[in-house]
Amino acid sequence: MGTKEKQSVSQTKRDWENNTLKETLDKSPERRERFITTSSRPIARIYTPIDIADFNYEEHLGFPGQYPYTRGVYPTMYRGRLWTMRMFSGFGTAEQTNTRFRYLLEQGQTGLSVAFHLPTIQGYDSDDPMSKGEIGVCGVAVDSLADMEILFSHIPLNKVTTSMTINAPAAVLLCFYIAAAEKQGVSSTQIGGTIQNDILKEYQAQKTWIFPPDPSMRIITDILQFCTKKVPRWNTISISGYHIREAGATAVQEVAFTLANGLAYVQAGVDAGLKVDDFAPRLSFFFDSHLDLFEEIAKFRVARRVWAREIQDRFKAKNPRSYLLRFHTQTAGVSLTAQQPENNIVRTTIEALAAILGGTQSLHTNSMDEAWALPTEKAATIALRTQQILAHESGVANTIDPLGGSYFIEALTNEMEEETYRYFDRIEKLGGVVEAIKKGFFQREISDSAFRFQREIEEKERIIVGVNEYVTDDQLEIPVLKIDPEVERTQLARLQKTRKTRNNQKVDQLLGQLQRAAEGTDNLLPHILAAVREYATVGEICNALRDVYGEYQEPIIF
Amino acid sequence: MTETRKIRVLIAKPGLDGHDRGAKVVARALRDAGFEVIYTGLRQTPEQIAETALQEDVDVVGLSILSGAHMRLFPEIMQLLKEREMADVLVIAGGIIPEDDFEPLKKLGIKEIFGPGTPTGEIVDFIRKHTK
Amino acid sequence: MAPDTTELVKHVLKGNRRAAARLMTLTESLSPEAHAAIKQLYPYTGKAHIIGITGPPGSGKSTLVDKLIEKYRSHNLSVGVVAVDPSSPFTGGALLGDRIRMNRFASDHDVFIRSMGSRGHLGGLAWATMDVVHILDAMGKDIIMVETVGAGQAEVDIVQLAETVVLLSVPGLGDDIQTIKAGIMEIGNIFAINKADLDGADRRFVELQSALSLGQEGDGWEPPILKVVATTGEGIEDLVKAIQDHHEYLVESEEIVKNRERRCYAQLETIIERSFIRKLLMDPDERTLFDKLVAEVDQRKTDPYTAAERLILHLIKTPKK
Ligand SMILES: Nc1nc2c(ncn2[C@@H]2O[C@H](COP(=O)(O)OP(=O)(O)O)[C@@H](O)[C@H]2O)c(=O)[nH]1
Ligand SMILES: [Mg+2]
Repeated sequence: MGTKEKQSVSQTKRDWENNTLKETLDKSPERRERFITTSSRPIARIYTPIDIADFNYEEHLGFPGQYPYTRGVYPTMYRGRLWTMRMFSGFGTAEQTNTRFRYLLEQGQTGLSVAFHLPTIQGYDSDDPMSKGEIGVCGVAVDSLADMEILFSHIPLNKVTTSMTINAPAAVLLCFYIAAAEKQGVSSTQIGGTIQNDILKEYQAQKTWIFPPDPSMRIITDILQFCTKKVPRWNTISISGYHIREAGATAVQEVAFTLANGLAYVQAGVDAGLKVDDFAPRLSFFFDSHLDLFEEIAKFRVARRVWAREIQDRFKAKNPRSYLLRFHTQTAGVSLTAQQPENNIVRTTIEALAAILGGTQSLHTNSMDEAWALPTEKAATIALRTQQILAHESGVANTIDPLGGSYFIEALTNEMEEETYRYFDRIEKLGGVVEAIKKGFFQREISDSAFRFQREIEEKERIIVGVNEYVTDDQLEIPVLKIDPEVERTQLARLQKTRKTRNNQKVDQLLGQLQRAAEGTDNLLPHILAAVREYATVGEICNALRDVYGEYQEPIIF
Repeated sequence: MTETRKIRVLIAKPGLDGHDRGAKVVARALRDAGFEVIYTGLRQTPEQIAETALQEDVDVVGLSILSGAHMRLFPEIMQLLKEREMADVLVIAGGIIPEDDFEPLKKLGIKEIFGPGTPTGEIVDFIRKHTK
Repeated sequence: MAPDTTELVKHVLKGNRRAAARLMTLTESLSPEAHAAIKQLYPYTGKAHIIGITGPPGSGKSTLVDKLIEKYRSHNLSVGVVAVDPSSPFTGGALLGDRIRMNRFASDHDVFIRSMGSRGHLGGLAWATMDVVHILDAMGKDIIMVETVGAGQAEVDIVQLAETVVLLSVPGLGDDIQTIKAGIMEIGNIFAINKADLDGADRRFVELQSALSLGQEGDGWEPPILKVVATTGEGIEDLVKAIQDHHEYLVESEEIVKNRERRCYAQLETIIERSFIRKLLMDPDERTLFDKLVAEVDQRKTDPYTAAERLILHLIKTPKK
């Protein structure tokens, strides 16, 4: 915008403020003194060309499928192909989940998604005292290759792709999968899928860590190296902002911390001797979509723009596929209320809309009861239908980045981008992501935001319908999660049998070798795979590594 | 300089889940209400929780769990408290707990279960009212 | 509804954990019953080795205490720990998180850990910390470790309480060089540079060495400087040995007598001060006089010294009711 035009708009705005606006305000003030987003960001009364005075279309936006990808990573976006409507599932024993998987595959689904029970996620076997009460509760129980074979029996692992939500013991579960494929005669170069494998956000938010950050980062670079050579179709890290946001972070914190984590992984890979273009295309992202429509849309645009720029500038990547920030989105579990649960359908709709307008590659819409239990079939169907209505009836998928050029959206995008870089600076000053974790930086930032959010609700600076306003007696009855005691019995029996029938001497020997590799610099994956093939359990492998690395102690942050 | 008895609260996290957002928000709110709050950290066993409650001589034990293992772990915690002559301590719970479990849990001696979205002020008031 | 303190004391002496915990709560409220109980317990104290752990917040005090517990337990010694965290001056509330680091001992009945809010007391401890230590001592704990608030500057209380004080510092920017200059060095019997896995530990070592040599008197105990890594346990063995050495030095040189007398002196002084002030503030008659004198000082009818003398005289002369 030219200087003259700028001056003219500024003048007109001042006139408007002093006359038209003032008259109205004198008569009736605004509803609030301060208007804020879900992230407590103050929002102005109106946005005009002045707010994006330095706006440069080509530099800031460009075209979809082109640098800096602000408007989208693909040239045709949803006009070419709609986002993937991926719904998550997983429960009980390996047998039960296998039955469910085979049903889904018969229905034409090609991608599977596994949620593991908490003991597996924490690297404990089902018979560990720590596992009491948790067996098969929040996901499927997997202790050893024996379980994995059942989980994927009669499922051709060269034909399907599998996404596994697993972090601290990701290397072990990946090896289970490879070994299960081998049993089917499928080699590791033929399998495809994803492990979450994002340990940094565990320390920051989700908190299912095992080892301290430094050895954890080494395990991750081992995975990157191993997969680049041996499992080329595997998506090695799904860099996740979702859990950071759910733990209470603001939108900017979500995007800034997630990108900082992503850049730390790339740096670690490069430091380990990998070429950025060899592994960056296999990194993908996972974000939350919250209720504040415009702030969320701006967040997704910031993410794409900053990632492309940093991968290009910092790491000198040449392959454009390295620049692309492809992401999966889940609507915000924390925004769901137990009060008047049907309202959650509306909330999820708005959040899904934000993800679509923000250019997501795949989307999980929460069912209205999802934060508290396995969704009922009806609730899950409505959630899926919500996506279909948005895709086919609303018209929002007809054009690419429809809000591009909006004064508000562009101003917000720029502002959030600046704040992201400010966080990058602070993290840098603390010595990088890992050091900042040890100092409790992220944890404190997130905890402060969570506390502020709660206070705003209690002081009614923030209205949550059905919670602190428009309250009725209508409460979600959280259904009882019926855990069949049989699940625990079956699992413990199988584990015991595995321990009896395998070659224990061999297992001990391989675990010893793994420990020596952990003390040295050998890539751990071949050692883990060797132990896994002999039916070493996830708990045994993690304990062997615990002996070497110790367990992480988090800084005490409230 | 003789102080009125200060309310001491143990905020404990049994179960394997890492969701401490709620526990920490509550801990801070209780601190701001003038209580002394002892936080156990994540993934504590029933034995650790009961013994901490004893050594810290707390007036209140707040259990936060989201993993779904409460029906296995809570009875054990209540039993271990009883064994330590701490049956009179006020035990409250929060997290994700189905309504159907309320009654059996209350029978065990858990005084109140605060569902998701409970204002922290309500928890503070409840504690004030039920401790001497 | 005062609990039967004699009964409590009896149980404490038998090592009953519940009774000890309850008595600690009583002492925290500074009640007369609690003081009565301490009177009964006092003859049974004086056996434990009391170790103070002090140093800036985040320097790794709690982590170090955890590792020390492990070592002492491996020698089959029973351990008591008192960990003090700051109370909010505005609400009186406190978040006490030190014991998170020591959770693995939560079910070891020979380890007793107690968290305390400082409750308005400055100096790194709470008013009742001394009493809680007495209770642990009377319970029969062999080793008692006291972790201070860690606010830096004014943490001198710990010398009144502990026989051996371990002062922690960490490598890094020169902020605790300031504490060295402020004279806090004088309270340490042993200097531990924690987080020796980080850069700068050697530099910190040299800094400490030169700071120490300045204040050295020549003979007697020469405070050792040790590098430790509390997270991994590196150097803990040496630290335990240094603590033991200090204790032996105290005994052999008969410094222990001086050390004990000094600590008793300070404790007595504290109690007298506290009792005087409490009497002034709690007794309605005294309080009236006190308030009257405050007003007079303010109006320049008298000065603070004269006012204090009058009050003290009044207190001494007033016969006990
Ligand atoms: N690198 C390193 N970190 C340590 C060491 N000791 C403690 N820490 C970390 O420092 C932080 C503060 O420790 P804490 O024991 O709570 O300190 P306190 O406040 O002095 O009690 C924690 O995150 C510890 O893990 C050490 O020797 N090396
Ligand atoms: Mg501490």
